[in-house]
Amino acid sequence: MKSTAEKVVAGDIRAVARLIRDIDDGIPEIREVLKEIYPHTGKAYIVGITGAPGVGKSTLVDQIITHLRKQDKTVGVLAVDPTSPFSGGAILGDRVRMQRHSMDKGVFIRSLATRGHFGGLTQSTRSAIDVLDAMGKDFILVETVGVGQDEVEIVRSAHTTIIVVVPGMGDDVQAIKAGILEAGDIFLINKADREGAEKTAADLRLMIDMDQEKYRKGAWKPPILKAQAVFDKGIAELLEEIHKHGKYMLESADGMKLARKKERVREELSDMIKNRIIEEVINSITRTEEFESAVESIVSGDKDPYTACEQLVFPRIVNSAG
Amino acid sequence: MIQKRKVRIMVAKPGLDGHDRGARIIARAYRDAGFEVIYTGLHQTPEEIVEAAIQEDVDMIGLSSLAGAHKYLFPRVLEILHENGADDIVVCGGGIFPEEDIAALKKAGIKEIFTPGSSLEEIVKWVEDNVKPR
Repeated sequence: MKSTAEKVVAGDIRAVARLIRDIDDGIPEIREVLKEIYPHTGKAYIVGITGAPGVGKSTLVDQIITHLRKQDKTVGVLAVDPTSPFSGGAILGDRVRMQRHSMDKGVFIRSLATRGHFGGLTQSTRSAIDVLDAMGKDFILVETVGVGQDEVEIVRSAHTTIIVVVPGMGDDVQAIKAGILEAGDIFLINKADREGAEKTAADLRLMIDMDQEKYRKGAWKPPILKAQAVFDKGIAELLEEIHKHGKYMLESADGMKLARKKERVREELSDMIKNRIIEEVINSITRTEEFESAVESIVSGDKDPYTACEQLVFPRIVNSAG
Repeated sequence: MIQKRKVRIMVAKPGLDGHDRGARIIARAYRDAGFEVIYTGLHQTPEEIVEAAIQEDVDMIGLSSLAGAHKYLFPRVLEILHENGADDIVVCGGGIFPEEDIAALKKAGIKEIFTPGSSLEEIVKWVEDNVKPR
């Protein structure tokens, strides 16, 4: 019998699919599997694609897959959609645009919901990236809705990040200004046949040009591209830029990639520690009879939640820290 | 374990059938019940549906058909699931079917069939009672 890790490395679709499910469901036992597959990671090129809802990210991913397959590259896709904060359910519809690749053995597509568990989207998506990497995919495309902090962080674990905008969405550009401008390696104006594409390009250029000093020292200057993903217009150019950026990451400014990698490892490890601590501490408190009886006494009106919280937390945290 | 396993369901439209209002309404009801729903869009072959279901590691496939080809398409999905060693994925169907077809489909292994008379509550409850996340 092959172990789960061996199956994943051998590219077994079912094993990969189930492992990602276990990661997402937060099954503690899979940590051992992740340890085992880690040495097989680090070969894939990871591309993050983000932008507001409706800008055409899924269609773009679909076209990128087609182009990469023409170059004989294998592709893994993680498409993230939001979980309803009310029901905890989700409709994951990114696949609709990519379904034509479903019979292609060189393509693996997985939809993920944001869920909002303690481990954080970032953690489980990073682990899912590792799984697709270990199974041998040449490229991994991570598509997220660029709205929350978590999403920006996922994009940070990509080698190249594409930020997709559409013409005329002034607020959209505002959002980029405020948050994720520095995360973008390539800016793509999709639906570029629409009115206002030039203005959007000019707005972006203005922001990017503010970092002249950085570029003079050899930093990557994010290109601004125009595309119409539905008609496969501008996608070849996009792939060229991804390639160029990849080359830059490898070659430029000695150790630039290494430095970035070290930075990434540091960030990921500290994230992992943070999540693990939260998980362990929360579990040690909420999986006790004391916790259950506190719930009961709040329900029955014998105790207020503030007191209950103090009584549960202080003896454990404050004392152990002090 | 920090959270409960989530039920994952694929809602799929096999064959040359362009009517997906029903499928979308079901998808929405499932979402509101707290399930994760993967929607694959129109005009799917049984092969495409099964491959996607395996990649997405779903617990159930809900097939919607209003175009009359269910007698071939639904059992074909079961067949391919079996070929892929994925018999554990529950398959149910929804749409408009002649009475005698329903019995045949169930006999073929379709776990349940829902018709225009079925309420959303009933459909959701059936999933809660019959589909357990792995």
